Amino acid sequence: MEKIEAKDVNFYYGDFQALKHISMSIPQNKVVAFIGPSGCGKSTFLRLFNRMNDLVPGARLDGEILIDSRNIYAPGIQVDELRKEVGMVFQRPNPFPKSIFENVAYGLKVNGVRDKEFIAHRVEEALKGAALWNEVKDKLNASAFALSGGQQQRLCIARAMAVSPSVLLMDEPASALDPISTAKIEELICEMRDQVTIVIVTHNMQQASRVSDKTAFFYMGEMVEYDDTKVIFTNPHKEATQNYITGRFG
Amino acid sequence: MKRILEKAVKWLLTASGFVTSVVILLIIGFLFTEGAGLFREPVVEEGYVLVLNKENPVSAMTAAEIKAVFDEDVVNWKDLGGPDMAIETFRLEDVDEYFSAEELGPQYENAGGAIAGLVESRPGMVAFVPGSMIPEDAGVKLAEDRNISPGEVFGGREWFPTATPAPLFGILPLLAGTVWVSLFAIIFALPFGISIAVYMSEVASEKVRGFLKPVIELLNGIPSVVYGFFGLIVIVPMLQQVFGLPVGESGLAGSIVLAIMALPTIVTVAEDAMRNCPRTLREASLALGATKWQTIYKVVIPSSMSGIASGVVLGIGRAVGETMAVLMVTGNAAVIPSSILEPLRTIPATIAAELGEAPAGGAHYQSLFLLGVILFFITFLINMCVEYISARNRAKNS
Amino acid sequence: MNIPPYPAGHSARKRRSQTIAFIVFRVLSLLIVLVLFAILGFIIYKGAGVISWDFLTKAPEDGMTSGGIFPAIVGTLLLMLGSAIVAFPVGIMSGIYMNEYASRGWVVKFIRLMTNNLSGVPSIVFGLFGMALFVKYLGFGDSILAGSLTLGLLSLPLVIRTTEEALKDIPDGIREGSLALGATKLQTIWKVVLPMGMPRIITGLILSLGRVSGETAPILFTCAAYFFPQLPSSVFDQCMALPYHLYVISTSGTDIEAQQPIAYGTALVLIVIVLIINLAAGFLRKHFEKRLR
Repeated sequence: MEKIEAKDVNFYYGDFQALKHISMSIPQNKVVAFIGPSGCGKSTFLRLFNRMNDLVPGARLDGEILIDSRNIYAPGIQVDELRKEVGMVFQRPNPFPKSIFENVAYGLKVNGVRDKEFIAHRVEEALKGAALWNEVKDKLNASAFALSGGQQQRLCIARAMAVSPSVLLMDEPASALDPISTAKIEELICEMRDQVTIVIVTHNMQQASRVSDKTAFFYMGEMVEYDDTKVIFTNPHKEATQNYITGRFG
Repeated sequence: MKRILEKAVKWLLTASGFVTSVVILLIIGFLFTEGAGLFREPVVEEGYVLVLNKENPVSAMTAAEIKAVFDEDVVNWKDLGGPDMAIETFRLEDVDEYFSAEELGPQYENAGGAIAGLVESRPGMVAFVPGSMIPEDAGVKLAEDRNISPGEVFGGREWFPTATPAPLFGILPLLAGTVWVSLFAIIFALPFGISIAVYMSEVASEKVRGFLKPVIELLNGIPSVVYGFFGLIVIVPMLQQVFGLPVGESGLAGSIVLAIMALPTIVTVAEDAMRNCPRTLREASLALGATKWQTIYKVVIPSSMSGIASGVVLGIGRAVGETMAVLMVTGNAAVIPSSILEPLRTIPATIAAELGEAPAGGAHYQSLFLLGVILFFITFLINMCVEYISARNRAKNS
Repeated sequence: MNIPPYPAGHSARKRRSQTIAFIVFRVLSLLIVLVLFAILGFIIYKGAGVISWDFLTKAPEDGMTSGGIFPAIVGTLLLMLGSAIVAFPVGIMSGIYMNEYASRGWVVKFIRLMTNNLSGVPSIVFGLFGMALFVKYLGFGDSILAGSLTLGLLSLPLVIRTTEEALKDIPDGIREGSLALGATKLQTIWKVVLPMGMPRIITGLILSLGRVSGETAPILFTCAAYFFPQLPSSVFDQCMALPYHLYVISTSGTDIEAQQPIAYGTALVLIVIVLIINLAAGFLRKHFEKRLR
């Protein structure tokens, strides 16, 4: 079943066309990786799925993006409702300057959940889901800044998952982390795929090959190739893809 | 040659680097020496003495007591710890009531002896006369020669520097006036300041912001006399009508004018702090389904709280130190205000209003420098608060 | 995981509270714009009729109930000039020292602390200080010299800060480039760093002049004359000044009917000076920003 569908997406920053005629579909409960050199548009494309690019002045979109067969750019769609459904984890850990508990509870609270018991329960569940519970259960009221970088990023994953989205967007989630923390994040991604559809942008090709079911290669605003990860990394059809994964440019 | 020039310039630059420190030291030095002089001044006007009957057990009086006696607010010695005996006051200008011209002599050369004799004969009398007039062998005693004490100044509830025989330098009314006006100014300015800062940094488009920013800068640039003038011509009569006041010059008028004047400081600093709130934090909040407004009050404002606090404290500093506008609209009554609708008087306004009339070097003059010292320290403290807040903030963010 | 119990309609509710909050912000901001325009408009409206060539070029007459404000305009300009002579060289040098020479962190921190403190000192305290040091101790008397020195010290922190900030924005690579070519530190500062920082420094200097032009409290006891119709002939003369003139005329006037128009006119001239200075600074900033791009 298709979770996300992009139909002939063109995206502009002012006069600059950042994305050109992109169509793709992302199946439910799979992990899809976007790879490509910096500036190829992969992050821009990812940020269309939760309308994060709405914030950029002068940005303009052509085409349709459907999630659960609904055009998320149709008039009448409320972005806050959409973002409840489509969570996001950013390149650098960005916890709020609040306690660990408040960080995870934030999404529930801003969406109107008042039930304290449920929130406490859900915070625990989310922290367990992010394999962070055992490390922080005794200091839930400590500042999130007291955690290490890797822990902070897992906290951000817990924070995104607490709202129970059906899609999780990850924008190079491990690029600022050390190898051990990176391995933990990758492990998490593999575990979470039962609950959510994950789209991950990464510049690390081993990571893409380890965690994803399907991979899309972007170059200069175009999607060059999109196929099963196995195919992309062993037997790509396009020469550009071949060059990129073998490290001949990028 | 070239190297000597380099050296010389380096020394010159180093010297100018410390110029602000030197100025601060000089300010402290000059204000302190003049201000501290107040505590070496006698309670009774310099050169004058209070002459008492020998039998009178009371020999030391505070400035407030002396004033009360000569104002006839206190009329019996028992109120001052003496016997139950009526107080008679005598000032030099009363001399003609007691003595004929012949008795005093053509050059008043006998006046001293005559007054001494008068006080000797009347147990309840206290006379305020130049010290040189009283003969040394007269059968009277002089009230103890005390200096003005810090307690009288810092705890005094009355500011009456031109009173004779004993001027009063209680700063409490001035301090209260300053605090009241500044407090209300900040209460008025705060909601506006924060709202405008939020609006400019978070809500307004670049175009609107590009219009608001110069407006705020211009508001900051208007001279304080112009604000005072506007307040005097427009706000004062308006308040008088709205509240039905006998006079419109009041603490409220001062607070309103000060609020407008403190606003640019608050807005600029707070807006700066909010714009410095990292974009990634806003995105994290929005990505969780928060609205822009939720993001502002749950993430942006808390995380830029120290910047906002700095702005508010700086605004208070500006309000506390403002002179001309306040002088023009607050009515300048040196009493501890019981309501903001009454006239009151602040420390800076007192200095500005009275320094021109105070004889140089006298107690009054020195008391105004002491006010300057107090004002300097209040603003110094305020600045240190700002430094502390921003230093802590820098430490937190690094 | 189960779906959290999101209350129905909460989304609409939170959007409504956002709309209300933003409307409140917009209204309050609009109000402040209105206040500014009310002040400006009122003074322009009342003052415009008073302004005439005679008003600008004649001395006050008839116990300041008629005539012009020429000596006050000249006095204010002289004080601006005097304070510039006092503050600009020292302030700029101090800023250069802070950014280019002071090597140890605590020195910079200490100087910056002192500069910040000085900028927080109320102007009336500068007035007291100027009176004690320049008028009395150094014996300059009430004079343009004492007034300029006092105002100069007052604007010093602003000059230092703008210089320092202007220089801080110049990338280190540019200095290194010059040093690598064999230029001495002084040559680098003089030929490369200062010219690059000049636009922003000048903008800051102009704004500090704006502040000086409107200050009253510091010149109350150091310089300002109630009535001094002839132009000053030396720096040891007193002079009239626009802000002080406005103050005395509006608070201790002898003939309110006749003097109020003069007050409006004086206020208008003061505001025009401030407006010109602000516009000039804004224009310069825009101009230089464009050139840098």
